[in-house]
Amino acid sequence: MGKTFSEKVFSNKAGREVSAGEIVTLEPDCILSHDNTAAILKKLPEIGATKLKYPERTVVVLDHVTPAADSTHAANHKAIRQFVADQGIKSFYDIGRGVCHQVMVEEHYAYPGRLILGSDSHTTTAGAVGAFAAGIGRTETAGVWVTGELWLKCPETLRIKLNGSLRDCAAAKDVALTIIGSIGADGALYRAVEFACDAEKPFSIADRMVLCNMAAEMGAKNGYFPPDGIVADYLGESAARFAHMHSDADAQYAEELSFNLADVEPVIAAPHTVDNVHPARELAGNRIDQALIGTCTNGRIEDLRSAAAVLAGRSVAERVRLLVFPASAKVYRQALEEGLVRTLLDAGAVWMNPGCGPCLGAHEGVLAQGEACISTANRNFRGRMGHPDSEIYLASPATVAASAVAGEIASPEEYF
Amino acid sequence: MGRVFKYGDDVNTDVLFPGKYTYTVSDPKEMAQHALEDLDPEFSTKVKPGDIIVAGSNFGCGSSREQAVLALKYAGVAAVIAKSFARIYFRNCINSGLPALTLPEAARALNDGDEAEVDLASGVVRTNKGNFAFAPFPEEVQAILKAGGLIEYLRNRLSE
Repeated sequence: MGKTFSEKVFSNKAGREVSAGEIVTLEPDCILSHDNTAAILKKLPEIGATKLKYPERTVVVLDHVTPAADSTHAANHKAIRQFVADQGIKSFYDIGRGVCHQVMVEEHYAYPGRLILGSDSHTTTAGAVGAFAAGIGRTETAGVWVTGELWLKCPETLRIKLNGSLRDCAAAKDVALTIIGSIGADGALYRAVEFACDAEKPFSIADRMVLCNMAAEMGAKNGYFPPDGIVADYLGESAARFAHMHSDADAQYAEELSFNLADVEPVIAAPHTVDNVHPARELAGNRIDQALIGTCTNGRIEDLRSAAAVLAGRSVAERVRLLVFPASAKVYRQALEEGLVRTLLDAGAVWMNPGCGPCLGAHEGVLAQGEACISTANRNFRGRMGHPDSEIYLASPATVAASAVAGEIASPEEYF
Repeated sequence: MGRVFKYGDDVNTDVLFPGKYTYTVSDPKEMAQHALEDLDPEFSTKVKPGDIIVAGSNFGCGSSREQAVLALKYAGVAAVIAKSFARIYFRNCINSGLPALTLPEAARALNDGDEAEVDLASGVVRTNKGNFAFAPFPEEVQAILKAGGLIEYLRNRLSE
């Protein structure tokens, strides 16, 4: 019987045949952490260890509360800078470089067939270029630092086939939300999600990152796109080199679903769960106070272009704040070169620094009691972006931009 | 036996331990005070050592923050029983030494205020609604739970 991608990576790493359901101890190629490095490093004395086993496999990116919002965060960042210097961690990216999941792809740590673990639930994003990437907890991250290995269950696989092509007004985010609305926030619990699109109409790397990022909101262990010519071109390699990592034609999937992309319309996840998904037009008119474009889900150049297409020559409604967080310095620079910074600024947007922004409710635009925000982020849980009595709507960059212009929730359909 | 606190589906990490505290609150007592505060504000004053949380599906969905487990552990919770767990939350439970049991029958049968206790060694949950058996954890997981968590497990391993 053939093997899934997950079974291939696990077998390759374990040095023996591993099938879905088995628990094995494996050495990841890369272990990622962010601002929570400050908490993880405190675990080392508790474990009785002082040195990392593989500093060269350790990546640290400061992105969550950057620049430091107060002296507690500043002290954490200071401790992290000292730690990476002491441990000889060369893959360290200080504030301003970008959101860790974006940096993982831009710096090519995310690579086909690699096993990547990270102390952040959206580590799954790296599956966009064909890595097996899963989020883990802080204590076990310290465990990986010290021992270089971790127990992992080889997941069974849910295959999601995406047929045809999207309408102009719909985006990868709408696909992700449509899937989550259909299968639920636990629809892929514990499973690997393997996405498959038509070879003639392949998704861009940015789109794949959106879907693999949002796989975390389906409950998945990881999201994965088979590395094809698009990934090979991105990495400067030949596609043939990665063919053996694809799931075998006779691989055993736990479940197979398919979605017709032509049927996907602009949708929104309404408060307070990501699977509370409705067509954008049905929520049109709902009050918003803030709009946010950015985060690890939708802060890439493609997202900024999409927002700019709506905002060009228009203005953000008077009573609404529009915050823009590019996913990385590289994205920011490209937006500057393409004139998108000017376009959004002219429309009334507030440009913020590359990073996570207020997505986790710590700084840079948190919500007051009774306020509502439409955001391109990936979570709309109660209280996440500020006060427990605030609301978050999740949508594509185009829908967020259209809503910012309208001053209330609006569908982007009229702009396309 | 402990008291059962019953909750529904998709209890997420933001209500288990709000994100705004993740980088500023680390004292166990203070963490316990914030446990479940956005879902059940009175939980931290009502809970007693040995009490058990029973919930629906996808318990602990959301962020990978371990405080969402530790806040419960520090509040005295002895085990969490759910129809299913979000995977990182399940891992964090094991690695923190808090038994997480996927037991849909027990999760359906038990209600708020019921009484229950978990016997890990014999693989049974004893309750006022009857006993519920569960399959033993894999060897690696048992070793970590037995040690009281991953830190303790690794400390023992490194000192060998």
